[in-house]
Amino acid sequence: MTAKDVQQILATRVLVGEEFLDREIRSACGSDMMSDVLAFSKDHSVLLTGLCNPQVVRTAEMLDIVCIIFVRGKMPDEVILEMARERELIVMVTGHRMFSACGILYQAGLGGGAS
Amino acid sequence: MEDVIVLNYTISPDDFTRAGEASSDVKSKLKQIGISPEAVRKVAIAMYEGEINMVIHAKGGEVTVEISPVAVKMILDDVGPGIPDVDLAMQAGYSTAPDEVRSLGFGAGMGLPNMKKYTDDLKVETELGVGTTITMVVNL
Repeated sequence: MTAKDVQQILATRVLVGEEFLDREIRSACGSDMMSDVLAFSKDHSVLLTGLCNPQVVRTAEMLDIVCIIFVRGKMPDEVILEMARERELIVMVTGHRMFSACGILYQAGLGGGAS
Repeated sequence: MEDVIVLNYTISPDDFTRAGEASSDVKSKLKQIGISPEAVRKVAIAMYEGEINMVIHAKGGEVTVEISPVAVKMILDDVGPGIPDVDLAMQAGYSTAPDEVRSLGFGAGMGLPNMKKYTDDLKVETELGVGTTITMVVNL
């Protein structure tokens, strides 16, 4: 699927990277612990997280993640959004909780990738 | 084979927002040079974890990155408290990070294990009260 599909499935609000929504999304991971994301993320395209600080953008950058989705309606501040713009990332926000957001995407066919 | 590029960074203490800037710079430089994406990712993750550790546990420090045609070597040098038990620190899940670090998304006890996982060689030299030097190599 594409980032646009993800956006529609979760009915997210796109905060940054509207122009990149045609990017391909192959798998996703969800965590509030960035070290766990760094440990287990392999070629993931989407990071779902309730953590809201600049290190989320850095983690995405190190792993070549293309789209960050903040769950539980967490709103990133302008520092975070600017960092995401510089790195040409997509940033979305959804009101869904982590479990539901991951479940909805999984049900729509998005997997967790090879472990 | 004498073609070695050396990059030097100073990691500022207690500046969590800026932690990762050096790794970010290394990543983009390696990409520019044309290093394979897989190797770039390994270096980026290992160095990023190391950089975060230097901000959390030490009072910042110095990082030297040497890029040769065959390997990327990262030397992370701090004057922090040292690691009392390196074997324990290498165990996945073991962490001494304070709760406020955990609320920032780190301190899951995956720092050193991740650094080992993503590098071909990891050496930890540490002395209590003096500091820690971590040397990591990713073969190209």
